[in-house]
Amino acid sequence: MLAAIGVMVLLAVAIGLVLGWSAVRFKVEGNPLAEKVDAILPQTQCGQCGYPGCRPYADAIASGEADINRCVPGGEDVVKKLADLLGVDPKPLDGALGEPKPKSVAFIDEQACIGCTLCIQACPVDAIVGAAKQMHTVIAKECTGCELCVAPCPVNCISMVPIEEDLPHWKWKHPVVMMKTVRTETRA
Amino acid sequence: MSRELFTFHGGVHPPEHKSESSGRPLHPPLLPRELVIPLRQHLGNPAKPIVEVGQRVLKGQMIGEADGYISTAVHASSSGVVTAVEMRPVPHVSRLPDLCVVIETDGQDEWIERTPLDPHAMSLADLRMHVRDLGIAGLGGAVFPSAVKLDPGAHHCPVLIINGGECEPWITCDDLLMRTRADEIMDGVAIMRHLLGSLQILVGIEENKPEAIAAMQAAAARLDFAVEVVPVPTIYPGGGAKQLIYTLTGKEVPSGKLSTDIGIQVFNVGTAQALARAVRHGEPLISRLVTVTGHVLRPQNYEVLIGTPMRVLIAEAGERDGATGVVMGGPMMGVPLASADVAVVKATNCVLVRSAELFPPLPRELPCIRCTRCADACPAALQPQELFRFAKAGDFGRAQEYHLFDCIECGCCNYVCPSHIPLVDYYRYAKSEIWAREKEKRAADLARERHEFRQFRLEREKKEKAEKLAAKTQAARAQAASAQPAESPATAPSEADARKALIAAALARAQAKKAETAPRNTEHLTPEQQRTIDEIEARRAKIRELAHQPLETEEKK
Repeated sequence: MLAAIGVMVLLAVAIGLVLGWSAVRFKVEGNPLAEKVDAILPQTQCGQCGYPGCRPYADAIASGEADINRCVPGGEDVVKKLADLLGVDPKPLDGALGEPKPKSVAFIDEQACIGCTLCIQACPVDAIVGAAKQMHTVIAKECTGCELCVAPCPVNCISMVPIEEDLPHWKWKHPVVMMKTVRTETRA
Repeated sequence: MSRELFTFHGGVHPPEHKSESSGRPLHPPLLPRELVIPLRQHLGNPAKPIVEVGQRVLKGQMIGEADGYISTAVHASSSGVVTAVEMRPVPHVSRLPDLCVVIETDGQDEWIERTPLDPHAMSLADLRMHVRDLGIAGLGGAVFPSAVKLDPGAHHCPVLIINGGECEPWITCDDLLMRTRADEIMDGVAIMRHLLGSLQILVGIEENKPEAIAAMQAAAARLDFAVEVVPVPTIYPGGGAKQLIYTLTGKEVPSGKLSTDIGIQVFNVGTAQALARAVRHGEPLISRLVTVTGHVLRPQNYEVLIGTPMRVLIAEAGERDGATGVVMGGPMMGVPLASADVAVVKATNCVLVRSAELFPPLPRELPCIRCTRCADACPAALQPQELFRFAKAGDFGRAQEYHLFDCIECGCCNYVCPSHIPLVDYYRYAKSEIWAREKEKRAADLARERHEFRQFRLEREKKEKAEKLAAKTQAARAQAASAQPAESPATAPSEADARKALIAAALARAQAKKAETAPRNTEHLTPEQQRTIDEIEARRAKIRELAHQPLETEEKK
C-alpha cells in the first residue's frame, strides 16, 4: 500500500519536473495563433477594423475579443480563411465598417502639394517620400491603398487611383461555362 | 548511325496540314507603311524606350534597351520616323494594349552601320552582352532572352539540343528555314557551342520533314565538329523541349527543375540562325519567318519584319470570305486574337486564319465523365481530369499537389476530350490565380515588414528625442550652477530660476540668429526708395483689407 503510494508520488514528481522543465525550455515566444491570423490579413494597415493595424487586430481575434468579419480590404476571402483557421462559421462582412473597394494606390497631385509632411506622418508603411516644404510623392509599389493619407492633406491633393488591369497585372479568367439551353415551349 | 530513341508518354496525332504552306518558296519581306513594335516581346522585363517622337531611326537601330538581366533589346525593323511611343493592341490573349514604338517607314530601308563580331576575340561575357543588345530571344515560342540561356553559369551543359521538331500542325516556318538556311543554323550552333562549351550536339527533327533532315545532315557534314541530326517520330508534342529531351536522351527533366539542371540546353533552329546573323553580320533580330496559312488563297512562308501588321500579311496571301478569326501560332497552342490589326512579334511563328470549315466551332462543353482519355494523352504524365476538378473548384493547393506547374499547356487533353472541355483554359486560369496570390502574399509580407520597421523607427526616434532633451537640460543646469558658484548653498538657484535662465539664454540665441539672417537691404535707403516702399506697403494693406471684407460679410450671414 505504502509502496504503491510512494511509486505514484515519485512518478508525479518526476513527470512534474519534466513538464516544468519543458515549459521553460520550449516556451513559445508570442502568440502562435495571432501569427497565423496576421499571415492571413492583407497588411494594408488601414485601421478600418477599428484597431491601429493588422497585427493588433490579429491579436484581438486570437484572444477572442474581435469578430472575424471586420477586415474590409480583405473581403469575403479573408473572412473565409479566418473561419477555416479558427473553426468557426464564416459570416458576412460587417457592413458598418465600409464597402470593399477595388485595389487602389494613392496619387499626389504634385502641382498642388505644399509639402506639409502630414501625409508622410500618416502613412503606415512609409510609402511617401518628401521633406518639409518639398514636393511629396507616393512610391506606388509600396502603397497598400489604405487611404490614411487622404484625410490629413490640407489641400486635398491626394486621390486614390484604382489599379487598372494591364498586361503585367492581367489574369486568366475562369472559363465561361455554357449552360444547357432550356426549352421554353411546353408539351401539351 | 542509329541512336536509340525513347517514346514519351501520351501524345496525339492531329491532322498535319503542313503541305498547304510548305510547297511554296519563301516570300521576301514586305515593307509596310507603318511598323508597330511592342517593347514587351520577350519574357522578363520589357525593353525601355530610348527614342523620341519625331526622331529618324535607321534599320537595325536600337529603339528599346534591355532593362535588367532577364531582358533583351528591341530594334527598328526598317528606317523611318518614330511617330508615337504609345499603348497599342498587341498579340496577347488578354487583348489588352501595351507600350509600342510606332515607326512610319520611309521606304529607303537604310541600314545602320553593322559590325560583325569575332566570338573568339572577346570574352564570353562580352559576347553575351552583345547578344542581349542585338535582341536575340528564343524563337520557338517562349521568347526567353537567349543571352541568359547562353550563360552556363553554375550549370555545365554538356549536351546541346537544337529543336527542329515543329510538331504543331499547319506551321512550316522552321521546316523552310532548315531547308534553305541549314548552313547559317549550323553557324549559330557553332557559336552556341563556343558559349556553352557543349560536348555533344543533337538536332531533333520530326520525320515528316525529310527535305529538312537531308539539308541539315548535309550542313552538319561540312562542320569541323560533330553534330548529330536525328529524325524523331512524328507525334504531337514531340517538339516540346521536355519531350524532345526525353526522345533523344531518355532523360526526364525533374518536376520544378530546368533542363540545365540535368546538363541539357535546348534552342530552336530559328534562334540559332538569328544568333548567326547577329554575330557574323552584326544584324539585330528584326525579322523572322512566319507561316501564313489556313483560310487564305496562297498559304506560304514569309520573311517578316517585326512590327508588320498581320493584316498586311493576310492581304498578301489572299484574303478569303468566310474567315472567322485569326490565331497567332498553331491550332493546338495558338493565341486567338481579337483582330488582325496587331503586329508580328518575335514570338509569331504562324498567322493562322480560321474558317468554319477548317475549324468548326466546338460543341457545347459537357460534364467530365472521368474517362481518363486525357490522362492517356498527357505527354507530361499528369492526371488532367483531377487537375480540372481542382482548378474548377478553386482548390489550387490540391492542383499544385497534382503538379499543375508541370503542365506544358500543349492541348492534347483538349484534343481528346469527348466532353469538349477546354481543359487547358482551366489550367491557365489556376496557374494565373496561383501566381497572383503569391504576388499578393509577397506584397503583404513587404507591407508588414515596412509597417513593423516604421513602428520600430517611431519608437527609436521618441527615445532618442527624450535622451537628447535630458542631456541638454542636464548640461544647461550644470552651466547655470557653475555660473553662480559664489552664492551660498542657502540661496542656491531653485528649479524655477534655472528654467528662467534657460529661457533667457534661448531667447538670446534666437535673437542673435534672427539678427544674423534678417534681410539687410532695408538699411541705408535713399528717401526715394523709402517712399516707394511706403507706397507699396500702403497698397498691400489696402488689398489685405479688401480681401478680408467679403469674408467678414460671409461670417455675418
